Amino acid sequence: MSATPPAAPALDVSGLSVRFAVGGKRWLQAVDNVSFKIERGETLGVVGESGSGKSTIARALLRLVPATAGAARFRGIDLLALQGPALRDMREHLQIIFQDPLASLDPRMSVAEIIEEPLREFRPGIGRAARRDQVLAMLGRVGLLPSHLQRYPHEFSGGQAQRIGIARALMLQPELLVCDEPISALDVSIKSQIANLLKDLQVEFGLSVLFIAHDLAAVRFSCDRILVLYLGRVMEIASRTALFESPRHPYTRALLESVPVADPVLARARRSAPLSVDVPSPMSPPSGCVFRTRCAFAVPLCAEAVPSLRPVGGSLVACHRAEELAGVTVGG
Amino acid sequence: MSALPPDRAADAALLAIRDLHVTYRTPTGMLNAVDGVNVDLAPGEFLGVVGESGSGKTQLLLAMLGLNAPGARLTGSIRFRGQELVGAGERTLRTLRGARIAMIFQDPMTALNPYLTIGTQLTEGLRHHQGASRAAARRRALELLDAVHIPEPERRFAQHPHELSGGMRQRIVIAMALICEPDVLLADEPTTALDVTVQAQILALLRELRSRTRAAIVLVTHDLGVIAEVADRVLVMYAGRVVEQADVHRLFSDARHPYTEGLRRSIVPLTGPLPARLPSIGGNPPNPAALPPGCAFAPRCGYAFERCRATPPPLEPVAVGHASACYYDGPLGRPP
Repeated sequence: MSATPPAAPALDVSGLSVRFAVGGKRWLQAVDNVSFKIERGETLGVVGESGSGKSTIARALLRLVPATAGAARFRGIDLLALQGPALRDMREHLQIIFQDPLASLDPRMSVAEIIEEPLREFRPGIGRAARRDQVLAMLGRVGLLPSHLQRYPHEFSGGQAQRIGIARALMLQPELLVCDEPISALDVSIKSQIANLLKDLQVEFGLSVLFIAHDLAAVRFSCDRILVLYLGRVMEIASRTALFESPRHPYTRALLESVPVADPVLARARRSAPLSVDVPSPMSPPSGCVFRTRCAFAVPLCAEAVPSLRPVGGSLVACHRAEELAGVTVGG
Repeated sequence: MSALPPDRAADAALLAIRDLHVTYRTPTGMLNAVDGVNVDLAPGEFLGVVGESGSGKTQLLLAMLGLNAPGARLTGSIRFRGQELVGAGERTLRTLRGARIAMIFQDPMTALNPYLTIGTQLTEGLRHHQGASRAAARRRALELLDAVHIPEPERRFAQHPHELSGGMRQRIVIAMALICEPDVLLADEPTTALDVTVQAQILALLRELRSRTRAAIVLVTHDLGVIAEVADRVLVMYAGRVVEQADVHRLFSDARHPYTEGLRRSIVPLTGPLPARLPSIGGNPPNPAALPPGCAFAPRCGYAFERCRATPPPLEPVAVGHASACYYDGPLGRPP
């Protein structure tokens, strides 16, 4: 991305854990000792099924849910330790784009008010005319028209509403952008428009992005590196090329094989047995490797010891058998 | 209903839809949710219907059950085994609904009653439509839970929907739809709310059921990947009309409508070359209440010319079993 060697990652998360109390006495470990870095200008994807904890990671970083343990270094301080005014000030540099664009916009505010609000809040010194100029410039940048300014969110389609959400998030030129399923609620023909727009803006603004999604194709297009999460634990972290061309963890492979192939000939030819067992309850995760109950390659060791996340062929993989499975094909 | 000319195909088909219109009156005028659609469905066929919001795909399914929202006006004909459903009384429709024509909805949680056990909900249809005894209904329900690969059917029978995972709930909904052995199974985005791993299970299950029961399946989706996995034949809908109709292999190898081609091109492959920018269809999905006078896709189409903006193109055959509604007949792939 940029030419200057980065001094420190944009975000450095270590040992993040989040657990929720359920019914008073029991605990649900939503995120379990998760560590990752996002380099400056990099987009890191987080994928996993529902219940994997991917949205909880985002919420913990944004301080919308409390972390139980861990640290998240951002701009030289620990995001998770911030309090009061320091926390508020940090929001200037850390913005989010939500899945449901219409639900994330205040229906009583015009587009102009929505996009101006971050400036009014964080840059009160800017005059009305300058503010208007910045709003118009951003509006054009996300593909909206000046005539849209006086309209209200309900007058827009999902794709246009997401453009408004993107404009609002970028108004303060944040360093880190969290995208929580930013295109999954959009119509097929609109998804690629918004994916292209986000990628352009990411380059233009030099954004570091945490991109949460369940759509693996979207992740392949948008992300430089990908973290695969299962029942709150990291299964694999790999570059885009490594993850899609030589996935190491059996769970990553199973996920990739579950995606429908948009080619009737290939789709009918491969038809491997789908991953059969349902996801275990996060209230009582399996011992050892949490994926072992659905894994085609599980051996007794997998029930006894939690596999550590370790380097295998350039990726980080939490699987006891990662090396020996490298050449093995799944399914059949 | 107006007298239709003799229609051999309609008499032979399991379900035959002719010139179906579903219209709603809105403050700004008439809204044509479904605008002149024809469909023939054969026993055992797996028909895919592709479309985005506002395409009319859900309204088309609901029309087959007589379940469109109050105020909907239906014209044309929907014949099921020769029996006319458009204009049929509620009593007639009720004997068919769930029994002969069943539906699977997108969100299993809204299709299930949270207060009733899985068993009660499963057996309701059998007891209502066939007057089955409690014991017989229970036996049949357990068989079906097993058929949709629900582990421990006996235990699940006594549980409530919230005690099951999303994938299991959707399998229950499918079991519910199948319990009276319908001739037609309608599925509206049955996997959209599910994880890819669960989606793969549900699609495998639908394929298996089709080959085992000979029920015809109509699956509505926005996902061409899902279509490629399961459909024999495909209808592509846009703004209430069928814009292309073909065998699934032809649709992927030789799409003729620019909208179909655009959808196909916007798919990101999981392997192989990755484009720096995704090909996309410009503009926004059509507003069914304010459609242009010509082809509804023309404002977003790279191939559109004068004629497209004047009159909507009719759906016309381009090959055997393949029809497209487009005036442009040059090669697709690179808009001029």
